[in-house]
Amino acid sequence: MSFLEFSHISKSYPGVQALSDVSFDVAKGAVHGLMGENGAGKSTLIRILSGDQHSDTGEIKIDGQVQKYSSTRDAFHAGVIVIHQELQLVPELTVAENLRLGRFPANAGVIQARQMFTEVGEKLKSAGIDIDPRRKVKTLSIGERQMVEIAKAIMLDARVIALDEPTSSLSSRESEILFALIERLRAEGKVILYISHRLDEVFRLCDSLTVLRDGKLAAHHPSLKDVTREQVVAEMVGREISNVWGWRPRELGKVRLKVEGMSGEKLPVPASFEARAGEILGFFGLIGAGRSELMRLVYGADGRRGGSMAIDGQHVEIADPRQAIRAGIVLCSEDRKHDGIVQGRSLEENINISSRRHHARFGILDLRKEVEIAETFIKKLKVRTPSRKQDIVNLSGGNQQKVILGRWLSEQGVRVLIIDEPTRGIDVGAKSEIYEILYQLAEDGMAIVVVSSELPEVMGICDRILVMCGGRISAHIDREQFSERAILAAALPDKKTPDAIAS
Amino acid sequence: MTNSFKKILLGDQGLVVIFVLAFVLVSIFVPNFLTERNMLGLLQSVVTVGIVACTMMFCLAARDFDLSVGSIVAFAGMVAVMASNATGSITIGILAALLCGATVGLINGVVIAKFRINALITTLATMQIVRGLALISSDGRAVGINDPNFYQLALSKLLGVPTPIWVLLVLFVVFGFVLNRTVFGKNTLAIGGNPEASRLAGVNVDRTRIWIFTLQGAVCAIAGILLASRITSGQPNAAVGLELSVISACVLGGVSLAGGRAAIAGVIVGVMIMGIAENVMNLLNIPAFYQYIVRGVILLLAVLLDNLRSNALGRR
Repeated sequence: MSFLEFSHISKSYPGVQALSDVSFDVAKGAVHGLMGENGAGKSTLIRILSGDQHSDTGEIKIDGQVQKYSSTRDAFHAGVIVIHQELQLVPELTVAENLRLGRFPANAGVIQARQMFTEVGEKLKSAGIDIDPRRKVKTLSIGERQMVEIAKAIMLDARVIALDEPTSSLSSRESEILFALIERLRAEGKVILYISHRLDEVFRLCDSLTVLRDGKLAAHHPSLKDVTREQVVAEMVGREISNVWGWRPRELGKVRLKVEGMSGEKLPVPASFEARAGEILGFFGLIGAGRSELMRLVYGADGRRGGSMAIDGQHVEIADPRQAIRAGIVLCSEDRKHDGIVQGRSLEENINISSRRHHARFGILDLRKEVEIAETFIKKLKVRTPSRKQDIVNLSGGNQQKVILGRWLSEQGVRVLIIDEPTRGIDVGAKSEIYEILYQLAEDGMAIVVVSSELPEVMGICDRILVMCGGRISAHIDREQFSERAILAAALPDKKTPDAIAS
Repeated sequence: MTNSFKKILLGDQGLVVIFVLAFVLVSIFVPNFLTERNMLGLLQSVVTVGIVACTMMFCLAARDFDLSVGSIVAFAGMVAVMASNATGSITIGILAALLCGATVGLINGVVIAKFRINALITTLATMQIVRGLALISSDGRAVGINDPNFYQLALSKLLGVPTPIWVLLVLFVVFGFVLNRTVFGKNTLAIGGNPEASRLAGVNVDRTRIWIFTLQGAVCAIAGILLASRITSGQPNAAVGLELSVISACVLGGVSLAGGRAAIAGVIVGVMIMGIAENVMNLLNIPAFYQYIVRGVILLLAVLLDNLRSNALGRR
């Protein structure tokens, strides 16, 4: 019955055994989950499947045939399509052009545009994807782009479709559309390999599941009937994590941060809130609700139209991030790659980039101090790296997040830490570590503002939640009153109920 | 054997190794190469490119670009000669040239950083404007130096080595220090690595970029003054195409055009490789026309090597 078969796959890179003797199979018409922490070998396995890398030993069989491909092109012809986290579409071209790229219907070199648009339109419609083929890809939301990628797989008549963290940047509504599409593909007998960190999704969608840990097969579940989430988490991390959140009550102090009437170009309605010393304040909302925009205004990252702020009762004037840092407000951005890490530079430099102003004299660095600070925070935050000289791009997401935390903690006198999507793209083990860091900082009296799109996360770690919807703060809920229903209801635009989203 | 050779070539010091090998080879095979006179001549010939490369390194490291350097060198040379002729004071001439160079750089920096105009376009414009100023101020003719002491800037020697070479060495040391050991240098590299992340980490991105261009202008003026002294006049057409040689030397030295990566050792090697190639071709009496081809080929090979190296790093 097995359609896709991995047998005895091993792959090593210099100094790392990325995969060792991994074997499992997937039945036709199944959605198969592939889970594991970062570095467990999921990406390597997918790269081998897509022909981007070659395994040292072992083979892949599709429909009983051994696949011997030497490039991604061969994999493509064998009907294997991998949809990566970073989508591969040309933003300036239309949806139809992207879908027919390389295979334009042409007459003497002239593209038969009308024919192309109708054909692609029909295909999209029959796949249940409601996107105008004439729209340019750059005008689509990330969710819609993902749909286009999947449409590409369908049009190429793929037999095996691998999705790598497809929902990581989707809103819940977009995710639902994606899930419906996956169901449809399953019904058509395709094999779907679904890679995700999110247990809820895996349990909801997948028929079977493979867990990798440290490059080895940790578990293979041909059916998920009698499998519990706790069991899968334990298989992933190799130990029991009884309580991922680990929230504990805390003594709250006086109001640390007071924001009044904050507004800007992307947040026209003035917003006000307060956070107390020692408090972890959550901001929840759908994508585009204005949470990140509000935080960027507070941090001075974007120009503001109006509003005032006070820290510990003292009015502060913040026009740019430098002033925010000097006033004791720091921000860990949601998009680490674009707004957080400085690529090509070492951990040491990434940590010291801001706090070196305290010890540099006349603009000349105190190298000994820089090393000391880097080593201190690498140790304190348990950053896993061979050395402080390592280029930050070589670290996993969780470790990069810790380096950015280290950057801010090395600034003495941080009073407000704003952290946007603290654990996006970070695996379960590192998540608990980051939460623990946040608790300790709060216990030391910092006010912490957590922005998250993951409801379980905000409910799990925050003392209080503010919900945003359509650019305004729509609810204010204390920990005793936390309920998924109440929070979601406040996050959704008026006309839509939770049921509308599901449909 | 081939593997370890590959490792050395693709390692951090690959270019230095190639440079040393090339140096040894030409020393053995090219007659008159390894003589004191030729060595000093070689260093003299790279002074202009080397001086300007010091600050071009910062420009490129911050993901910027400066095409106006050749024009600033010519213009500053003119200003130095004309101002010292007019006032009778070489010091005033030098100061006027430095001021003019820094001002052009400042304008570049402000337009690029504050008005967010692409650096390539901005400096393409100032390159032409400044060249025009140099031509207008002299009516298109060379301006002779009145005070013979002006020649001494280029002719005087310290410990048997001409002053311009000392200036070059001092600038290499100073800018090497600035790049690696100062907040300004680290901020430059951080901006090149990721400008938005640097801004959000509290780096004053605009001010740093303006400083880079201002310094670049001032350093071009130094090169211009020394050049005018060496050619004994202010030439409005001096240093045409200098920007390309300087950028080539930097790229050859491993400075990434994508920003965030630079090292003074690399830039020195890049400058020297370009200089040696030209020097050797002259010694071998290879016609000047062929020299363009050789320079282009060297640059392409260097970039290919760099590409191989980053691929080798990426695969790890």
